[in-house]
This record gives sequence, C-alpha cells and structure tokens, in this order.
Amino acid sequence: MRKNKMLTVFAVLVFGFLILPLIIITVTAFGKGSAITFPIESFSVKWFVKVFTTKSFRISFLTSLEIAMLATVIALLVGIPAAYALARSGLKGKNLIKSVFLSPTIVPGIVIGFVLYQFLVLTLRVPVFMGLLAGHFMVTLPYVIRVVGSSLEQFDFSTEEAAWSLGCGKLRAFFRVVLPNITSGISAAFMLAFINSFNNIPVSMFLSGPGVSTFPATLMNYIEYNYDPTVSAVSVLLMAVTVLMMVIVDKTLGIAALAK
Amino acid sequence: MAYMTLKDIDVRYDKKKQVLKGLNLEVKEGELVSLLGPSGCGKTTTLRVVAGFIEPESGVFSLDGEDLTKIPVHKRNFGIVFQSYALFPHLNVYDNVAFGLKMRKLDKQQIDQKVKNILEVCGLSEFEKRFPQQMSGGQRQRVALARALVIEPKLLLLDEPLSNLDAKLRINMRMEIKRIQKKLGITTLFVTHDQEECFSISDKVAVMNQGVIEQFDTPENIYQRPETEFVARFIGFENFLTLNREGNVYKTQAGTVFTVESDRNGDSLAGTIRPEDIRIAGESEDRNVLTGTVGVRTFLGKSYQYEVLTAEGKFLVSRPAEEVYEEGSTIRLYLPESKLILVNK
Ligand SMILES: Nc1ncnc2c1ncn2[C@@H]1O[C@H](COP(=O)(O)OP(=O)(O)OP(=O)(O)O)[C@@H](O)[C@H]1O
Ligand SMILES: [Mg+2]
Repeated sequence: MRKNKMLTVFAVLVFGFLILPLIIITVTAFGKGSAITFPIESFSVKWFVKVFTTKSFRISFLTSLEIAMLATVIALLVGIPAAYALARSGLKGKNLIKSVFLSPTIVPGIVIGFVLYQFLVLTLRVPVFMGLLAGHFMVTLPYVIRVVGSSLEQFDFSTEEAAWSLGCGKLRAFFRVVLPNITSGISAAFMLAFINSFNNIPVSMFLSGPGVSTFPATLMNYIEYNYDPTVSAVSVLLMAVTVLMMVIVDKTLGIAALAK
Repeated sequence: MAYMTLKDIDVRYDKKKQVLKGLNLEVKEGELVSLLGPSGCGKTTTLRVVAGFIEPESGVFSLDGEDLTKIPVHKRNFGIVFQSYALFPHLNVYDNVAFGLKMRKLDKQQIDQKVKNILEVCGLSEFEKRFPQQMSGGQRQRVALARALVIEPKLLLLDEPLSNLDAKLRINMRMEIKRIQKKLGITTLFVTHDQEECFSISDKVAVMNQGVIEQFDTPENIYQRPETEFVARFIGFENFLTLNREGNVYKTQAGTVFTVESDRNGDSLAGTIRPEDIRIAGESEDRNVLTGTVGVRTFLGKSYQYEVLTAEGKFLVSRPAEEVYEEGSTIRLYLPESKLILVNK
C-alpha cells in the first residue's frame, strides 16, 4: 500500500515537472500586457491575432505545414519500399543497413543541418525551398523506415506467398496484401515524421533563406529581438498542431500504434 | 502415367549446404502423396520447389508433360495450404476465399456462386462474414483449404496443415481433407512428420532422408516392407542385426542361423523386427532364436517393454502385461521368419 502511494507521488511529480512549463506557457500566451508574466492580469487573444497578422509568422506557418506534409509524403514513398526490401531480404549486412538508415536520429540535428548547408546551399546552390525540403526529408526518413519496419516484423510474409499462389503478381500482392496489413505502422510513421518535421529547428535554421523560413525558425529569429507573449502564442500553436496530430492518431488507431 | 514429375532436383540455400540432392518423384493424376521424414530432411523445401517459391539449382519440374521449372508462382495455378494458414487478416472469410477468383477476373455472379459452393463443401457457410482472428484453428484451416480449392488448382500442396490442431480435430480434419480431395479428384502433395496421419490419408508415401527419397510406396508396403534401415527405424522397427547370406539361410557374426520369408538383393543386409513381433521361443524352435538377459522393464499400459541383452546387441521386446519377466532372468527370443524383414544398410 505504502509503496503504491510513493509511486503515485513520484508519478505525479514527474508528470507535473513535464506538464507545468507547458501550462505556464499556454497561460502567458493569453496575457494582455506586453511582457510575459505569470500569472496574467487580464485575458486576451491579441497575441494570437498578432501571430496571424504578422506576415513572417503567417507565411512561415504555411511553409512549415507545406514542408512537413511534402517531406513526410516523400519519406513514406521512399521509406515504405526500403523498409519492405530490408524486411524481405536475407541480406547479411541487413543490420548494418538498418543502422545507416537510422543514423540521422543519432547524429545531432545541428550536424546534419550544417552538412546539408555546406553541400546543398553552398556547393550545389539548390533553391532554398528545395534545400529545406531535402533536409526535412532526411530528418523524417529514419522514422518511417523504423516504424514501418517494426510493423513489417509483425507481418506474416506467408500471406504474401499465399497471394502469389492465388494468381496475384508480386507488385499487386504488395498493394493488395502487404500494405493493408501495415496501415497502422504507416499512419504512425506519418504522424512521427510530420511532427518531427514540423517542430524541427536545427536543420531549418541552417537551410532557411531569404523569404523562406519555417515556423519554429521564424520564432527563434523573433526571440532574438523581441520578448513578448507572441513567443508564447507561437509555442502554443506548435503544441496545438502536435496535439491535433496525436488526437487524429488516437482516434484512428489508438495511441498504442506510436509506442510500437 | 506420371502426372507430376520432379527430376534430379538440386537445391542449395546460400550456395552452401545442399538441401535436396537429385530428388526424383513421380505422382499419378488424382493421387494423394505424402512426404514423410524427420525434421530438416527437406520436405518443405521440396514443396516450395513445386509451388515455385524456390527455383532449383538444377533439375526439372513438370506437370502434365509441361516443363514448369521456370514459371513464376502466380502463373502456376496451384492451391497451397500453409502451416500457419496464412489467411489474409484484413479480409473476411468470404473475401479470403474470393481472392483468387478476383485475380482471375471472373464476373461477380460466378465468383459468388463458386465461393458459396466451396464454403458449403468445407462446412463454412455460416462464417462468411467472420474475420480470421475470430475463428478457431480448425475453422481457419478449413478456410485455408477452401481458399486453395476454389481456384480449381491443378495441384494441391499442403505443408503440415494439421500440426496446429488438437489430436481429435486432427483426425476429423484429415478425413475431411481426404474426402474433399477424392471428391474433387485433385492431385495432392501432403507434408507431414506424423506417421499415423500420413499412413491414414495417403495413396502413396515418400519417405525422405537428407534431401533424397529413400522409399516411395503404398502405406502398407512402407509399414510392412521397409527397404532401408533408415525407413525401418523411422517407422518403428527398433531391432537390427547384421546378416550374411549363406545359401538359403542367413547367419549373424556369431553364427546364429536365421531364415526369412522375404528376399532382398544387396551386399550389406540387416534383419529388422518390431518389438511387438518378437515372441518367446518354444522348446522345439532352433532357428531364428536369440538368447538374452532381461534388462530394464518399462510399463506401457497394455504391455511391458523389455530391453534384452543378446550376443547381437540390445533388443527391444514388447510382451503382454500378463506375462512378466524379472530383471536378470534369461529368455529365448523367437524372431518369426514372416516378421523378420531384410533391409539394405
Ligand atoms: N531459407 C533457408 N535458408 C537456409 N537454410 C534453410 C532455409 N530453409 C531451410 N533450410 C535448411 O534446409 C534444410 C531442409 O529444410 P526444410 O524446411 O525443407 O525441412 P523440413 O523437412 O520441412 O523440416 P520440418 O519437418 O522441420 O519442417 C534444413 O536443414 C534447414 O535448416
Ligand atoms: Mg517443414
């Protein structure tokens, strides 16, 4: 009994430690004064209005959505076949290849950002938007391969063979039998990839350029010169998009899909 | 006339170990042939070669006179039942069974008619809308069978389809398989390592050992007249003694004289007999007799099994429970000439 109480107290403390800053930020976003204060004196939504009336925020918000969406879709198009090939092949170096694909999650984002900056922007002079997209693709691909891969580990490949034996060609069997059975993995991969792209700062900081910047990168720039509740409002919006995504996953698959 | 032929099939995994070594098999139309053998002898591999999942290194697989060795799986039109059933988890029973027909682009009505018909045959009519996860092992197995049969395959391949079922269901299901197979007259290859299952269901049995077929014969012949020591051991002949031909009789190393009813060619022969076929010798018998000392006794319910130490080595002997021999006593064993079988070593 006593043990349970201790555990509860501990859990509450940890949870509080994690959630409290988020609550405080959220509350400060609704303050009226032009300084970030807690608790707030009076309620207003003017800082949210400011975010959406400030051109750089509005545009970068849309850019972020666009980049996250495109990068995720491309990562899925590349990552699903890659994960499938990895799961299917009896290759000796399979584990090595897996770790290579996972390397971007191990290598610090700032390093990837810098390398891509050197390579794409300075050497190849790729347009800013394309550079950003490439960077975000690199950030999201490992999640796709990882999550879809683990979903394929649960997949019974003899069902695919059964489909072949019933007169279904290999490509068709992939779409008719393999894909429908890894949808939960694909959706989970989609969410993780999207959220990671949408919230990414290090890669975006390096690859943003004149006129094209992501939402979090714009926020970082803004903070350098201003410190008002706009910052809180932007943070709240970032959280909102993330939470919204989580809710969609939960409603369609159950949150367990993410933990897999 | 052979309908299905495997000729000199060689298979190697990873370029290293040779798993099938010049395997030959001929199956007549409408026959149910079992592949029987110990774990790892290559039964599944043989089936996968026939199915087209593995292309053999060399050798020819042909059906009805047509060489199919290089034809891909999806163009072969064979029905396959996997050990794990491999039902499509995202489709209900009806759609699982209809899958193969949809691939063949039949029109809706035809599909519906064929699916309903085969579900009826397999006793699954009431389960149409169920998903595989909601069914018992036996029901899933029947769905797998229905799915394989509905495409009217030229060959039915079953890889230990009953191994996930409990004992009673196994017996029912194997009768069911046999009934459907005979009714549709479909040529079938059946993989198993359960002898009883194999003998009860098959027209012919191919006993496999390390990538080759050791004996291909009717269940009765395999059971009563094994040709090699391996086959004999595999189907329960526990006792072996090396014999040399001398005129009309056979002699052991020690000079004991045996006569046997059956005959066999070959230089290196052994006599073999099942524990339950060994009798206790009467006063008058002087041939086919071995004297030994009773060793460990094991109670088997209806009978006792004894280890008897003789000059020819250890013999296993089953005797009715009413007849008891004490450890250490001396007995004379009689190996009837009709039950003593000659095999090649
Ligand atoms: N994919 C593979 N790669 C490498 N070796 C394999 C592969 N599949 C089977 N083998 C080997 O080939 C041999 C024959 O295997 P197979 O599966 O045909 O045996 P089996 O007779 O079906 O045995 P069981 O009764 O256990 O199912 C075994 O030694 C096995 O280890
Ligand atoms: Mg096997």
